Amino acid sequence: MILADITPTLLQRLLFGAVPGPLVNVLYSLALIATVYTAGIGMIALLGIYAERKVAGHIQSRFGPNRVGPIGLLQSIADGIKLITKEDLRPAAADRVLFVLAPYLAFAPVFASFLAIPFAPDAVFESHLSVGIFWILAILSMEVIGIILAGWASNSKWSLYGGMRQACQMVCFEIPLGLSIIVGVMAAGTLDLIVLGHRQGGGLHTWLIFANPFMPLAFLAYFVASLASNKRAPFDLPESESELVAGYHTEYSGLRFSFFYFAEYAAMFVVAAIQVAMFLGAWNDPLGLFGFYYAHFKAQDNLAALLIMNGIGMAIFIGKVMILIFVQMWIRWTLPRPRIDQVLYASIKVLLPMTCLLLLGAALWGLMISGMPGQPWSPVPGLPDQAFNPWRWGHWRTTGTVGALVTQSVLAAMGAVFFLLIIGYIARAWWTGRSVRQRLTEPEPIPD
Amino acid sequence: MLETILFYLFAFITVASGVGVVMSRNIVRGCMMFLASLVGVAGLYFLLHAEFLAATQLVIYVGGTLILIIFGVMLTSRSLATHDEPHGREVGAAVLIGLVLAVSLCWAIGRRFADIRPASGTAEGYPTVVLGQALTGDFLLPFELVSVVLLVVMIGAAYLAKGRLHESQGGA
Repeated sequence: MILADITPTLLQRLLFGAVPGPLVNVLYSLALIATVYTAGIGMIALLGIYAERKVAGHIQSRFGPNRVGPIGLLQSIADGIKLITKEDLRPAAADRVLFVLAPYLAFAPVFASFLAIPFAPDAVFESHLSVGIFWILAILSMEVIGIILAGWASNSKWSLYGGMRQACQMVCFEIPLGLSIIVGVMAAGTLDLIVLGHRQGGGLHTWLIFANPFMPLAFLAYFVASLASNKRAPFDLPESESELVAGYHTEYSGLRFSFFYFAEYAAMFVVAAIQVAMFLGAWNDPLGLFGFYYAHFKAQDNLAALLIMNGIGMAIFIGKVMILIFVQMWIRWTLPRPRIDQVLYASIKVLLPMTCLLLLGAALWGLMISGMPGQPWSPVPGLPDQAFNPWRWGHWRTTGTVGALVTQSVLAAMGAVFFLLIIGYIARAWWTGRSVRQRLTEPEPIPD
Repeated sequence: MLETILFYLFAFITVASGVGVVMSRNIVRGCMMFLASLVGVAGLYFLLHAEFLAATQLVIYVGGTLILIIFGVMLTSRSLATHDEPHGREVGAAVLIGLVLAVSLCWAIGRRFADIRPASGTAEGYPTVVLGQALTGDFLLPFELVSVVLLVVMIGAAYLAKGRLHESQGGA
């Protein structure tokens, strides 16, 4: 049941000595929600806003906020205090109930999607959710309603246009979003995010982004679709500051406005967390040591060591997510903003066929090439019970997958050649100062 | 005990929102009550350990159907203060039909499902693998037929939208 087990069982065993009964469980869960969950999400949003302003500043060759606090770290708190104490405006012609409801409808889905994020093997808020990634996708698709409602209930044409654009954009990009996740799910064989994390525990080569030649492209497709779905980066038409005043949140001020911002930054975290969990190895380090030591301590049932491992896993996970959030911010302050028809063109005529082809390719790949390497080094609940060590050649022979080994080697050789070609191209362009195409074409004559 | 409390909570949300949809004067507020009703049904699916179905309910109904309805409502309603009041005879007819429907449904469902129990709290969720195997094995024909129907819907929608564009632009 989704509410009865909303808490990490490891911590429960440490605090209560055993997994407690339902009533204590519920009270403990509520306390955990009120403290860790809410505070954690608030902290993520605050730090996200601060990081955005610092990153934006440094990309634009200026300092970001650096007066409030050591390096401007308290700027978000100052902003929060300002927003809370601001006058709470409500347009007289706006629908009273819906205008107030819209920010909460926009924020609640993002809040709920944190339930399934796998910070560490035992540090997930809902550990029995067997459809983890589908739950996050489903609940994030509910955010659109809050945005539309905000745009419509403000009774202002700027808000209405912003809301409609946003709804159109989000709904259009949900298709490539879902399809690219399905490519990942097909490579992994499960929807459960914890099993996905365990499965990537064998080292860098077991990370799902290398499971398929289609996975890196699926990762890119998901990255772009998630930027659009989050109304971020080059797809921030709904809040295009120079065109629509402020889009769908024009009429909101103070605390209600801050809800929209919290929703945006928390959604950035959730989306980056999905990318890390599904493609980039969740809480595992590139060497596979984490998976090995975690299985070791779990077999010994060493609670203290498991807690420390969970802490390390959380740190690794949040570090990877922060890198992806930085890439999202970097893109926002580098690229210009396309028009709405160009955005929808990108979704329907580029991303959708691309993800459909990736889905087809990944399905055929799974059928034709058996015995894929990429199993973790120790048995994982929900996956076949044998541990597969790809560095041991005997395993390839005994499981009858010599054909797969040959195919993998050929593809790896092709990939390495391609990679070296790209590196060579870039190196040559840097060395000579001109690109290869420039060297091959005649320069244009200077007009008199 | 906890399951019973949660069941009554979700059932109350679903039914009260359904009543709110019908009784609300403003149509957009009716849409929001519809949202609450759908989320209540998703909660009920979760209580039955049908997690995949609950997530699908959220994606399809809330993220698809409800947004379609909201678009239709918002783009066609003339002002925010659109009120629709039913008149005398309509109220009478509605009450009569509603009573007949309610009595017959309650009687039929009560007879058939007289002794059901809530799903046990420790049961594992229904594995999605089995669902996938059923969809591509036993129920492959209905699955393909549904996808053909969806394709027809998409083609029809695209044709209708394109036709109107040509008419309004006049051969541009």
